[in-house]
Amino acid sequence: MIELPPPKPETLAARPRLIAGLRALVPEDGVIAEALCLKPYETDGLAAYRQVPLAVVLPETTEQVAAVLRFCHENGVRVVPRGAGTSLSGGALPLADAVVVGLMRMNRILDINYADRYAVVQAGVTNIGITDAVRERGFFYAPDPSSQLACMIGGNVNMNSGGAHCLKYGVTANNLLGLRIVTIAGEILEIGGTHLDAAGYDWLGLLTGSEGQLAIVTEITVRILRGPEGARAMLAAFRANEVAGACVDAIIASGIIPVALEFMDRPAIHACEAFAHAGYPLDAEAMLIIEVEGSAAEQDDLLGRIRAICERFDPISLKVSQSAEESAAIWKGRKGAFGAVGRISPDYLCMDGTIPTSRLPEVLRRIGEMSESYGLKVANIFHAGDGNLHPLIMFDANDPESFHSAETFGADILKLCVEVGGCLTGEHGVGVEKRDLMPVQFNARELDQQRRIKTAFDPDWLLNTAKVFPLKPDIAHAA
Amino acid sequence: MQTNFTPEQLRDPDIKVSNQVLRTCVHCGFCTATCPTFVLLGDELDSPRGRIYLIKDMLESGRAASEEVVLHVDRCLSCLSCMTTCPSGVHYMHLVDHARTYIENTYRRPWHERALRGLLAQVLPRPKLFRLALIGARFARPLRGLVPRRGMFGKRLAAMLAMAPVKLPPSAIERPASHPASGPRRQRVALLAGCAQQVLDPAINQATIRLLTRLGVEVVVAEGAGCCGALTHHMGHHAAAMAAARANIAAWSREIEGEGLDAVIINASGCGTTVKDYGFMFRAEPEPWRSRAARIAERALDISEFLTRLDYRPSRPPPGIKVAYHAACSLQHGQQITAAPKALLRTAGFAVVEPREGHLCCGSAGTYNLLQPDIATRLQARKLANIAATGAELIAAGNIGCLTQLAGGELPVAHTVQLLDWMAGGPAPPGITQKSVITQK
Repeated sequence: MIELPPPKPETLAARPRLIAGLRALVPEDGVIAEALCLKPYETDGLAAYRQVPLAVVLPETTEQVAAVLRFCHENGVRVVPRGAGTSLSGGALPLADAVVVGLMRMNRILDINYADRYAVVQAGVTNIGITDAVRERGFFYAPDPSSQLACMIGGNVNMNSGGAHCLKYGVTANNLLGLRIVTIAGEILEIGGTHLDAAGYDWLGLLTGSEGQLAIVTEITVRILRGPEGARAMLAAFRANEVAGACVDAIIASGIIPVALEFMDRPAIHACEAFAHAGYPLDAEAMLIIEVEGSAAEQDDLLGRIRAICERFDPISLKVSQSAEESAAIWKGRKGAFGAVGRISPDYLCMDGTIPTSRLPEVLRRIGEMSESYGLKVANIFHAGDGNLHPLIMFDANDPESFHSAETFGADILKLCVEVGGCLTGEHGVGVEKRDLMPVQFNARELDQQRRIKTAFDPDWLLNTAKVFPLKPDIAHAA
Repeated sequence: MQTNFTPEQLRDPDIKVSNQVLRTCVHCGFCTATCPTFVLLGDELDSPRGRIYLIKDMLESGRAASEEVVLHVDRCLSCLSCMTTCPSGVHYMHLVDHARTYIENTYRRPWHERALRGLLAQVLPRPKLFRLALIGARFARPLRGLVPRRGMFGKRLAAMLAMAPVKLPPSAIERPASHPASGPRRQRVALLAGCAQQVLDPAINQATIRLLTRLGVEVVVAEGAGCCGALTHHMGHHAAAMAAARANIAAWSREIEGEGLDAVIINASGCGTTVKDYGFMFRAEPEPWRSRAARIAERALDISEFLTRLDYRPSRPPPGIKVAYHAACSLQHGQQITAAPKALLRTAGFAVVEPREGHLCCGSAGTYNLLQPDIATRLQARKLANIAATGAELIAAGNIGCLTQLAGGELPVAHTVQLLDWMAGGPAPPGITQKSVITQK
């Protein structure tokens, strides 16, 4: 179990008073305090780490969020923001003395402007909810994390989430125009606006990916884009992981940027096919989903060139989707991939490192070797075009030994990513999961710089503390 | 997901199944997004993942169900939208069914809850009694103003009075009978005549029998078959549900062993989901019940599934009516039947449109609209608004619960099979004529 800072005795002692105080700030059923009801809030998408919080608050407006934060600030109470609770890095893992502020009830779309191509939404709107709201007019919101059905835009901003189609459209940071945030002191601030680039420092850039440590984001102005004329996906099946990896590198090196370039290995292909019935090649060791978009002529041209590159790598099969239904099934499989691994293993740890694409074949080979030496299976599913790896390490949480090996194995993969010139996290955030690996990526001074930014926003280190930075110096800092 | 059951707990066959279900869940949270109660209430505890966690904790602890767990499990519609969404293949239905039985065995509900649930469990599965109750409710309708509007008791009473149709159809309870195929017999099937449906709308069974016999199918309403058991099953009344299921299994097994049955046809999809689960429900029963139940479950088919195997053709010209197809949860999620009803309606000549948020429940959900009137009413309004936005002239669905829930609004409602029968030469569904629909345009 992950180490968490000791709860503040004074907060625990004041629990009844604090809960009564919170109840006065939000509607009747907006405070959850019964032990039994707090239990389902003890974890998020990283279910291996769990901690029951002091209380959960479900505000419905920015003003209520502000009132709750002001109250917590005045009482020195730690706060953990939470959206849909789909974080794979434990970003919403509570603390025993923390109030979880859940933004799920703030799920309204506030404004859509097609002429200027933006939408203003509350933090609890799901990622797909934005696209659903503008789809009829031919628009969409581009970043598409695999959990886009469920994950909320507030969480996307805080983790700077990516997705399969970010290869072409960029990640969350590239698709934001403005934010409404609440500071720990309960101040409501507006950052950016409804137009490109705000005057002054790039506060938007600073807040995006700040993992709920600087402020709570309650409203977001996102860019919406007009959808392409059409899109087609191709499935390319290969005889080995490294061969598929080399093919990815060759496609990118040729100068073609497909809208998506996704990799799945054999275990992943089988688990996802069982869920999505998408016609994935079950005889392959590795598969690429390559999607292109544009006019029919553009699609044909790109697919022809990509096909020619794939053919140099002795593919088992190359299949182009023939219908919208087929494409939908292909993406349903890919986007449900993590959950689908639940069909072949009771538990998994999902890694999220990035590497230069030219190192893909080598890294895949070394992950395979580690899998053998740890005796744990791995399913590889990732955004290959971006060099963003998601090895899923399969383990059995009912066996503590197996979990411990999985953690160590995961750390080794991430160290490998840094070693070859990559990074600890592509899109899931550091959270609690990769917290202790930060010194692999950054030296003490670099870490301290980042801590100073956190302190500037949150001097008492109340907001989502115990995440992102290694615990020990963290506590010293707070004291 | 990690579970903490003792080896002794795992010897209980129900716990064993629930443990397997729980271990399949990886806590990814996809299910929250398509759960109607999470969408409305925005609380993890009212999402499938939250309920799974609450149930897990309840079962692991071995304690009696608490008031909080009961509140959140009761709010679950059992629409099974989560099962369609779940990438891991978590069998939520079996878990929540287990939880409901566990709750009934360990939790004492307040007296008025017990009275209401007892009443529903006694009355709804018995067509004659239910009809009498509806006549009573019709006379009580003018007194609706006197019902207190506050408090769950008043709201539930109001919901029950509102459900009673203003004009009750004439009594036409299907007697055990065999309806011969017209022309050479191609197949022989048993029809689940059902319980509440034939009181609320006897025309559905009549249309089913007419359509099937016309297509060369002999239709048997078997002696001794009745309610499928779903009503009591979803209330956690295990013994009553098993008794109802056993009566059906016995009745249909006699037919299988006699003249033989190609299928058991169900035209209320809520019932179909349960009949298809008979094999699981009887998994631990002694033989011959276990094999009989499995054999019935294998033969169980929704009417729309069965019709796609026959050569359904309309005999009337296309009616030029735009139909909003409402996918009943028990059909789309419980049985994963999505394409067949729409394809049949199109073959029959209707223009079929699908409302937005088609995956969300209309709030009917068996007795849910009576037990949870607040949430049910919100879902009903949301569904009707989405249907209205399609510009359809008529609502079609394959489940009596949905039809009752969606009736009484702007648009007429009909069971899919009634529309198919109409276009194949049968009478227009009551309250719907081509002319009346056209005048509404």
